[in-house]
Amino acid sequence: MRIELEINGERHAADVEPRTLLSDFIRHQAGLTGTKVGCEHGVCGACTVQLDGEPARSCLMLAVQANGRSLRTIEALGTEHPLARAFHEHHALQCGFCTAGFLMSLEPFLREHPDPSESEIREALAGNLCRCTGYQGIVEAVEQAAREGAAGDQA
Amino acid sequence: MKPAPFEYAAPESVDEALALLGEEAKVLAGGQSLVPLLNFRLARPERIVDINRVEELAYIRAGDGGSLRIGALARQAALERSQLVAERWPLLSQAVRFVGHPQIRSRGTVAGSVTHADPTAELPVALTALDARFHVRSSGGARSLSAAELFSGPLTTTLAADELLAEIEVPPLPAGARCAFSEHARTHGDFALAGAAVVRAEGDTAIALLGAGWTPLRATAAERALAGGAATHEVAALAAELVDDEHRAALMAALVKDAVEEASA
Repeated sequence: MRIELEINGERHAADVEPRTLLSDFIRHQAGLTGTKVGCEHGVCGACTVQLDGEPARSCLMLAVQANGRSLRTIEALGTEHPLARAFHEHHALQCGFCTAGFLMSLEPFLREHPDPSESEIREALAGNLCRCTGYQGIVEAVEQAAREGAAGDQA
Repeated sequence: MKPAPFEYAAPESVDEALALLGEEAKVLAGGQSLVPLLNFRLARPERIVDINRVEELAYIRAGDGGSLRIGALARQAALERSQLVAERWPLLSQAVRFVGHPQIRSRGTVAGSVTHADPTAELPVALTALDARFHVRSSGGARSLSAAELFSGPLTTTLAADELLAEIEVPPLPAGARCAFSEHARTHGDFALAGAAVVRAEGDTAIALLGAGWTPLRATAAERALAGGAATHEVAALAAELVDDEHRAALMAALVKDAVEEASA
């Protein structure tokens, strides 16, 4: 099937099989390999992207379902975003495999919760698994990013 | 971990969708339960009927007679954000926050959670406590089911392969009704071990349990005791009798007690 969609502001058109997962389309056909594929059944959160501004698991969508929609992936966030800088400064990653999913989940979270409590942050992180860090550095990074106004950056 | 090939259909109207359903077809709405099953190849339907473009099913609104109407394509995130639901059916607002994670609720639908019929799902339990009606359509006609008529076992409902759960109807709560939802999961958003939904109002007492069996269950003896003025711990003990496993029974007693106290405060 022919699909056309926008990824990070750029138009992409491609032929896909209906069974192609959106996560595989993003990586293999659009060539955007920042999005990682972990469990492929919606548990780990590594493949999280934003679909029309809302965080979603790209492994739980078919690429054909993104036809006509707008996607945002980690490549659009860049390394100077307050969240990305805070992750760097607080050692909120080790191997980094989960990081793109965390950042794609947290950016819209901070838009809706510009001044989150620690328990709100921990609840927001529950849908993303990190096996390296133990989450403490991640929580601290989100707190710093909130203080620096990460919410306003992209709103 | 990739779906097997299937024929893909993306109808734009309910009638068109119904005509595509049948023995070898599966409805794709939010996909948060179906797509994992496709990825694992536990489900290998010949045809996927994607209803995401059926705009007429994407609604949450108050209907005639003051009931709540939830269309088949209403997302869990829309339920969570609905001011109407928060004001008049707060049990649903309370329960939906326990469903998966924001990344799941942004896509997952209320009706999809119902038809998937996972015995640890929150929304079927809340809807059971609220005496919801489930309006089902097929190209041959329509019928309307109660929760007890719909849920028949774990991951199993009485829907036929050519039927679509088109709408969920929730009757209005009596004035002054208070609701509470409690559950225990090891991590927020994980599958819950036990949970309880409680509605308390003049002349209306409902207690529905999550994790007491293979389907959402009304704790009728506990409801009668609560309506009759029994102490909270007696109500909780009656509800916990419905759970076989000792650990889960203890959890259930604590969760029912919490929910009853919250709904009575």
